[in-house]
Amino acid sequence: MIHSHLSSVAGLHVSAKRIEAIKAAFVALFVGAGLVYFAGFSGAEAAHNAAHDTRHSLSFPCH
Amino acid sequence: MIQRVLAIGLIAGLVAGLAIAALQHVTTTPLILAAEVYETAQHGHEADEGWKPAEGIQRTAATSVADVAAASGYALVLIGLMLAAGEAIEPRRAVAWAACGFASTGLATALGLAPQLPGAAETDVVMRQIWWVGAAAATGAGLFLLFRSEKLAAMSLGAALILAPHIVGAPKPAVPQSTVPAELAARFAASSLAVHAAMWILTGFVVGVLWREFSARGRGTAS
Repeated sequence: MIHSHLSSVAGLHVSAKRIEAIKAAFVALFVGAGLVYFAGFSGAEAAHNAAHDTRHSLSFPCH
Repeated sequence: MIQRVLAIGLIAGLVAGLAIAALQHVTTTPLILAAEVYETAQHGHEADEGWKPAEGIQRTAATSVADVAAASGYALVLIGLMLAAGEAIEPRRAVAWAACGFASTGLATALGLAPQLPGAAETDVVMRQIWWVGAAAATGAGLFLLFRSEKLAAMSLGAALILAPHIVGAPKPAVPQSTVPAELAARFAASSLAVHAAMWILTGFVVGVLWREFSARGRGTAS
């Protein structure tokens, strides 16, 4: 019984860590996609002109 | 955890972005400047383009900032995907994931839309952007299924996802035309892929090293 209690506590610990990792993953993907969008895709004229050489060099579609 | 993820993503992006900016300065940028001479000679100077960085140091600075933004973005996407997949983040694995990142955003996309110099004939940019995102995402997902699954059905789906963007086909101009000599265009396509690969590998390596260091320090203070 003690053993099963311990393993369920361990299970809870693992799942709490997993939830934290998923949350961090979501934030990372959101911020990361935003930065890639800004550098490579934004249609704003100033963003395009500033990132022009980067877009060509990193094979983002340009012009 | 979120703070650690953002800090590592941004530091890795800064290191890889600045390294790539230096690499571009001696590889791709001189080719872009040469191509613009041909483009301007043929079409004249386009007026009313809005703000653009002045030639010289301002343009180099703008490119460097955009490189850091792109590399930080890719670093965060790399960390996000590895965390979501439950992968241990350390240098070798992070570099392996980064190689798949390059295969997705560099190789697969270049197969349909070769890296182009200014002055090449192109179709509507939004259609190309949609194809680009679709090709990168499908290739990434396909590689994940191929490497991670042991079931034949999932692996077949992975292979199909990798092939799909090329069966659909990238938007291409009816007639390939360019104001740029083919010699310059070929050199640009090759060097931009090399720069792109270097950016991904360096990003993955720095993410892996920093994650290991931060984790070791976190454990040190906890115990």
